[in-house]
Amino acid sequence: MAESPPFTIDQFYRFIGEKRIMAAKCKNCGSVLLPPRPMCTNCLSTDLEWAELKPRGRILTYTVIYVAPKEFEQNAPYAFGIVELEEGTRLPGTIKDVKFEDLKVGAEVELDFEDASKEWPHWPRYLFRPVKPS
Amino acid sequence: MARKPLVSIISAGLSKFGKREGLSGRELFVEAALEAFEKCPKLDPKKDIQALIIGQMSESFEHQGHMAPTLSDWAGLLPAPAIRIETACASSAAAIRYGIMAILSGIYDVVMVGGVEKMTNRATPEVTEYLAMAADFPFEQWNGVTFPGLFALMATAHMHKYGTTEEHMASVAVKNHHNATLNPKAHFQREVTVEKVMESRVIAWPLKLYDCSLVSDGASCAILTRPELARRYTDTPVQIIGSGHGSDTIGLYEREDYTTLKSVKIAAKEAYGKAGITAREVDIAEVHDCFTIAEIVAYEDLGFCGQGKGGKLIEAGETKLDGNIPVNMSGGLKAKGHPIGATGLAQLYEVFLQLTGQAEDRQVDGCNIGLTENVGGSGASCFVHIYEEG
Repeated sequence: MAESPPFTIDQFYRFIGEKRIMAAKCKNCGSVLLPPRPMCTNCLSTDLEWAELKPRGRILTYTVIYVAPKEFEQNAPYAFGIVELEEGTRLPGTIKDVKFEDLKVGAEVELDFEDASKEWPHWPRYLFRPVKPS
Repeated sequence: MARKPLVSIISAGLSKFGKREGLSGRELFVEAALEAFEKCPKLDPKKDIQALIIGQMSESFEHQGHMAPTLSDWAGLLPAPAIRIETACASSAAAIRYGIMAILSGIYDVVMVGGVEKMTNRATPEVTEYLAMAADFPFEQWNGVTFPGLFALMATAHMHKYGTTEEHMASVAVKNHHNATLNPKAHFQREVTVEKVMESRVIAWPLKLYDCSLVSDGASCAILTRPELARRYTDTPVQIIGSGHGSDTIGLYEREDYTTLKSVKIAAKEAYGKAGITAREVDIAEVHDCFTIAEIVAYEDLGFCGQGKGGKLIEAGETKLDGNIPVNMSGGLKAKGHPIGATGLAQLYEVFLQLTGQAEDRQVDGCNIGLTENVGGSGASCFVHIYEEG
């Protein structure tokens, strides 16, 4: 069997580059680790496997950032939230294509992906978009 | 009374907070140290102070690492050994905690603890960037959240879950600005109104400019000894009767509940337990109001009111100088200023003044027990200390 890619943050972002949201799953206790880590922080096991998560979730809390770090200044103001993915893990990120007045705790969002940054650490970014009512 | 103190504070000092142009961190520290020395004439600093423990967040502001021995030198304490501790905005409360341990270990009898940060020599984008280093890099910083943004995420969650309002948060700013007008060492000594806070520009919704603490320069210190030696140096020591420390994930997003800080609850539980008191017995408190929402959350996490009732507590005026439990008599981080590494000991300094009756126009009458709560980052670190007069 081929060896697993390393359970690192860098590898997490390599998967983001492939438009996949991946977590480490502990084979010993079943914990889902996001961010992935080399060791399960629940049972200290290093027996891990990669698990793909569904790219959907709901907003737990949000803000709109007006005074931004230098790199993000041209995007300001932008919405930023913490999202709980369907499988229960949480990620922070920007929420694009949303009217600020439509931001709501509990609103459904889906993950989207951007190309890799030109700057160190050359990671691509994930982002959230509201799920359009069908 | 008759509680067993951990250590005694025999003196404390604080530099003026503000934009201290032309003064470096070490010079600000001398200002604080000189006050502590002058307040305690029976102490011979060179002979009696055996070690220096300092808190400082970042060497980036002044491009100066290795600050601990530098401050030992500038304060005239060499060859007293010195060490720096870093837990972001809670760095100098960490110095208090490890100063206590240094004495309880039996290694030292008299220890100076200090805090310092020089910030205003840098432009706002640089300050924002250095401060953001206390937040998680690969997920939070990388995706563009700022420090006000993290506390805004807590504020939104608190508003959603408990009905806390922007006016509640603005009221914290109004109270702390008022208190700062009575504190000559405060950075900002002007009253503000709820309307002025509400109309100020948005930094990270729902937080506006006047919901945010100030970027300041400043230094702070205290001198600790074992309780049985305290009366050699002063007739009016203040006892530290409780100390607690909690840690949590660096990422806010990794936590279960954004309306509370678990590290604060852990630190408070330990400190109350050591002191053998409950929140009800606390007369005065200095809490970590880096943003107004943080003071409301602190009321709840420290047990001054029930969970979700922080907005009501400020609304009822209970935390004003003449309220049931005055909070941030000094003006807090909000208006006194927040030179990061100096903040934890600046909180101790205010409680020291209050418990020894030296707080002048902002003196709270009849206070015996005080508390300080110093939070690092978005809550990955917290220290709570409890103090008693005499």
